Amino acid sequence: MDRFTPHRAATQIALNGETAADRRMSVAFLLNGTPVRVEGEAPTRTLLDWLRDTRGLRGTKEGCNEGDCGACTVMVTDAEGSRALNACILFLPQLHGKAVRTVEGISGPKGEMHPVQAAMVSHHGSQCGFCTPGFVVSMAVAHLNGDTGHDDALAGNLCRCTGYAPIVRAAEAAAGEAVPEWMVADRAAVAGFAAGEAGVFRPADSDALAEWYLAHPDAVLVAGATDVGLWVTKQLRELKPVAFLGGVEDLKGIEVRGGQLHVGACVTISALREAVAERLPSFGEMLRRYASVQVRNAATIGGNIANGSPIGDGPPALIALGATLHLRRGDEMRSLPLEAFFLDYRKQDRRPGEFVAGVSFPERAPAFRCYKISKRFDQDISAVCGCFNVTIEAGVVTSARIAFGGMAGVPKRASAAEAALVGKVWTEATVEAAAEAMAGDFAPMTDMRASAGYRMLTAQNLLRRYFHDLNGVGVSVLEVSA
Amino acid sequence: MSMGKALPHDAAPLHVTGQARYIDDLSMANALHLAFGLSTVAHGEITGIDLSAVRSAPGVVAVLSAEDLPDMPDCSPSMHDEPLLAVGTVHYVGQPVFLVVAESHLAARKAARLGKVSYRELPALLTVDAALAADSRFEGGPVIWQKGDASAAIAGAPRLVEGSFEVGGQEHFYLEGQVAAAVPQEGGDMVVHSSTQHPTEVQHKVAHALHLPMSSVRVEVRRMGGGFGGKESQGNALAIACAVAARLTGRPCRMRYDRDDDMVITGKRHDLRILYRAGVDDEGRILGLEFTHLFRCGWSQDLSLPVADRAMLHADNCYHLAHVRIESHRLKTNTCSATAYRGFGGPQGMVGVERVLDHVAFAVGREPLEVRKLNFYREMDAPGGQPPDPRDISGQKMSKGAKEGEVDLSSRGAALPVGSHDLPTDGAVQTTPYHMPVEDFIGHELVAELERTSDYRARKAKIARWNAGSPVLKRGIALTPVKFGISFTLTWLNQAGALVHVYQDGSIALNHGGTEMGQGLFQKVAQVTASVFGLDVGMVKITATDTGKVPNTSATAASSGSDLNGMAAKAAAETIRGRLAEFLAEKHQVKPEAVRFVDGEVKVAGESYDWERVVAWAYQARVSLSSTGYYATPKIVWDRVKGTGRPFFYFAYGAAVTEVVIDRLTGENRILRADLLHDTGTSLNPALDVGQVEGAYVQGAGWLTTEELVWDGKGRLATHAPSTYKIPACSDRPRDFRVALWGRPNREESVGKSKAVGEPPFMLGISALYALSDAVAACGDGSVYPALDAPATAERVLMAVRRVEGV
Repeated sequence: MDRFTPHRAATQIALNGETAADRRMSVAFLLNGTPVRVEGEAPTRTLLDWLRDTRGLRGTKEGCNEGDCGACTVMVTDAEGSRALNACILFLPQLHGKAVRTVEGISGPKGEMHPVQAAMVSHHGSQCGFCTPGFVVSMAVAHLNGDTGHDDALAGNLCRCTGYAPIVRAAEAAAGEAVPEWMVADRAAVAGFAAGEAGVFRPADSDALAEWYLAHPDAVLVAGATDVGLWVTKQLRELKPVAFLGGVEDLKGIEVRGGQLHVGACVTISALREAVAERLPSFGEMLRRYASVQVRNAATIGGNIANGSPIGDGPPALIALGATLHLRRGDEMRSLPLEAFFLDYRKQDRRPGEFVAGVSFPERAPAFRCYKISKRFDQDISAVCGCFNVTIEAGVVTSARIAFGGMAGVPKRASAAEAALVGKVWTEATVEAAAEAMAGDFAPMTDMRASAGYRMLTAQNLLRRYFHDLNGVGVSVLEVSA
Repeated sequence: MSMGKALPHDAAPLHVTGQARYIDDLSMANALHLAFGLSTVAHGEITGIDLSAVRSAPGVVAVLSAEDLPDMPDCSPSMHDEPLLAVGTVHYVGQPVFLVVAESHLAARKAARLGKVSYRELPALLTVDAALAADSRFEGGPVIWQKGDASAAIAGAPRLVEGSFEVGGQEHFYLEGQVAAAVPQEGGDMVVHSSTQHPTEVQHKVAHALHLPMSSVRVEVRRMGGGFGGKESQGNALAIACAVAARLTGRPCRMRYDRDDDMVITGKRHDLRILYRAGVDDEGRILGLEFTHLFRCGWSQDLSLPVADRAMLHADNCYHLAHVRIESHRLKTNTCSATAYRGFGGPQGMVGVERVLDHVAFAVGREPLEVRKLNFYREMDAPGGQPPDPRDISGQKMSKGAKEGEVDLSSRGAALPVGSHDLPTDGAVQTTPYHMPVEDFIGHELVAELERTSDYRARKAKIARWNAGSPVLKRGIALTPVKFGISFTLTWLNQAGALVHVYQDGSIALNHGGTEMGQGLFQKVAQVTASVFGLDVGMVKITATDTGKVPNTSATAASSGSDLNGMAAKAAAETIRGRLAEFLAEKHQVKPEAVRFVDGEVKVAGESYDWERVVAWAYQARVSLSSTGYYATPKIVWDRVKGTGRPFFYFAYGAAVTEVVIDRLTGENRILRADLLHDTGTSLNPALDVGQVEGAYVQGAGWLTTEELVWDGKGRLATHAPSTYKIPACSDRPRDFRVALWGRPNREESVGKSKAVGEPPFMLGISALYALSDAVAACGDGSVYPALDAPATAERVLMAVRRVEGV
């Protein structure tokens, strides 16, 4: 029975694989209004694990441990405002200097219910109750921000019991109620909060990042951690060294210069969506369906590009727009057409120590359309994402940029289809010929999202859809109501 | 009167503030954490297990594999075919092979990845075709039930409609994954916390694994974070593992599956293929019908036999089939073991006959609702003879080969009953394919009401006009009905116990055998109990399900929770009320019936006393203020081998109209509006019932639209996380969602004349599939039937569009 005897004392065991170097971590943030300092943890410890296992705050739930169900949603406030994030894929250093509010802090200091909590009770918005804390936090954040687009605000929270109708009724009922004072307190508190040193590499600008990364080219750069988080929670990888990019202010800018939008790598998808909503409405609509609020609030466009996923939705849209990618290595900057960055499956034109600094693209493109095809409309990964940008002058196609996600090992242009369009009269026959030509552009694969045959047919049909769309024919099931 | 009030869920204030405690939230000092190491091949002989790296991983306390457990515990709810850890052979990808006991959840998970298991791979049967070819099945051969002469009726019919229909499975996706904990007690006893719908089964399985009498194991369940059938048997392994490890180490042990592990290891709704041959007349009347159900049951038997039975029991739905033959194959495959899921086979049976009706209407060129109504059972108040007396024909007995004391009698998988009796025949009261008279059919009225309130006809015409002007997008609409049988088909499970205490201050503690998984059972039973005493529900303290308080519970399943436990609690409360009435009656020299309990007061002989005062007096007068209560469902008898009898106490009905839009270029589709009308009898709590109906519809529609389980060619589940398996999200609910309850009293003596509501409305979601079929049909010229398989993902819808377009 020897092997059943504990063979080492629990206290001597480094359960998370941290080393002495990791234990320098000293992250400070406000937790439900109270300053806390977390020391001696691995920098990749997630907020969820820390809340539940170390802090004993067990209202925040683990539903999937990959940012897809929202049961762990918390509110995070900094100078830019308050937003919902998934605690299961948030590393503790990402919270440095911020304010975190969990479901326990959504109620008032004397236990008063927040209006969304009271409405969830009276509108029967909870059944098993396990997803409920996450919903309550998402709803409270939307309530604080005056956001009444409930379907979008709640797209990242899964409920298996209610069918959502009573939850949305509760959100609607609470929308008119005043924001409780404790919900706005974080904003002021965080402004006056001196977090000090985090004890992890957390550069304040891109110069510092560039210098460090050149010296540590094997490091993992963590911006939103919406993908890297899963390397830790699902693949159980140990990451080191790690740089946390949350403080790199000069990569968070969005500027309009010379008809181009210049977007820093650390701009979140939420911020990008806001910037393009009116200028490039179809791009904005696609970004509305990019993951969920919680993920868009964390994920960055730089991460979306650098990740090199063949099914990321940002790259095909940006390629169709003719985007230019800006890379930096040490003091050296270079720019290239975005499509040239993607060399092969998960292989990019990025040298050791080089990082994505930003991307720029035209701020207007009247005939630009993005079509995302997925099993579920919200919070799903594309089976096929087709982006079309054709210029038609006097009835003739003068330029065509068509790019797809999900059709190859990289986000890729449909060059043969483009060639079949340019110089031709924009007619159904031309589109048919281009759709035929597209068969030569791709050899898609079959996976759990779609078969190769469906992908090819749908890609061709999206070109046909584009033709109908530009002609004013209704093509979106999302725009139909009963 | 507290019964019938639309009160919120009793735990809602705890849910919304994060105070509701689930098992993983319990503090447990000095606890160890468990994780399984999983098989990576679908079928193979284990040729070597090297666990040295696991043992030396940080935080690991113990590692167990088959060689460490010569007396391997069994986890099966039916026939002892599920060893806790694989012995010699693995039967599916994800089967637990070894168990890691460690100081933290993360340490256990990390260590579990380090095991090196080598296999000699064996041929794996992954599909129903492969299993059929290999004759790999549970039970000797197919189960066949018949009524009349289907073959002759089909041969003699003017038209033949036939087809093959693939129906996908469904992951439960309870938000709280499987979780359990075991805490060792003095003298070797064990207390188990389990997220289970079936505490008695966990008690039985843990007792068996530890060689303890059931009295030495106590199982407690305060609540589950969702169950849906997925926690009827699938939690056994975790509870047993915790108990075994707790005994070995002497420390509390806890285990929860990471979501991906949960989806890979645990069973799901059965997928199946349905073959059908219908002989019909020119109006669409079904003269004869044959079904073949090919169920992919997975590697172990689990609850597959009663699930497949229930599919056969719902192969008629609302339609009278004079000549019918149903052949059901329960195929054994090298995949996870399919299990209970809301509806328990009923949805699979029902979606099959609705496919037939849809296809028949298309074939004869008639409006589908007209064809459905043409085939309905006769109205219940039609003149006719009395239904035959039920007789005890069950003759149910234990599984062959199981040793005395090993069989979990409280499991739906427990028995292989045999028996024989005379068959009622179709007379004035029509019978089901299993010869049960349908006495309570309200389909005509209910459907007529929904047809009117949903404006079905006008909308159908409007949709046709809209489609004519829309080249790319097409709409569709369908109305489908539901008739769902209420009772466990294993007759002896239809019993329940309750325990009610009245304390000397007048407060009441309620305990019963049902478990709370979000459905509001506790609140409903509390309302029933409070009503007996004429009190507000706030006087009743709801307590955790506990095998130490109420023994021999049946699973909270088959929609039976409030029917059974409500009646048992009512009986317990009435016993105490009777004692109080007698006590006061004697004091006032009146008959006990003259004592009334209303609005928190007790009225007798012109006097009115506070409840608390009466209780205090009774205590001082040495009147017992505690009672158990017991209930056994009347009237039911069933012979599953022959497929005859009255398996159900009554039927619950409903109907739904769904309108959808599809894109003929991509197959993208969306539900636009749903109108539901559901029969809850006299609702015990209309708010909770509406919640069940709405939630069930969305879950049912999810099953048939976006929820696609995909296995690769090696038997690996490719959709093992919410990133790839898509349950409905918020915006997938019908934007225009109209729900009403058909509140007429149950004709049977159920608790408060209510009807069970957990499962029946799930099948309202079937209307979404046939609305999609209608929209696909609108893309063609009426010559080719869409034959839309389920789930109707964008891809399947597009393929069906191409079929009707003749491409």
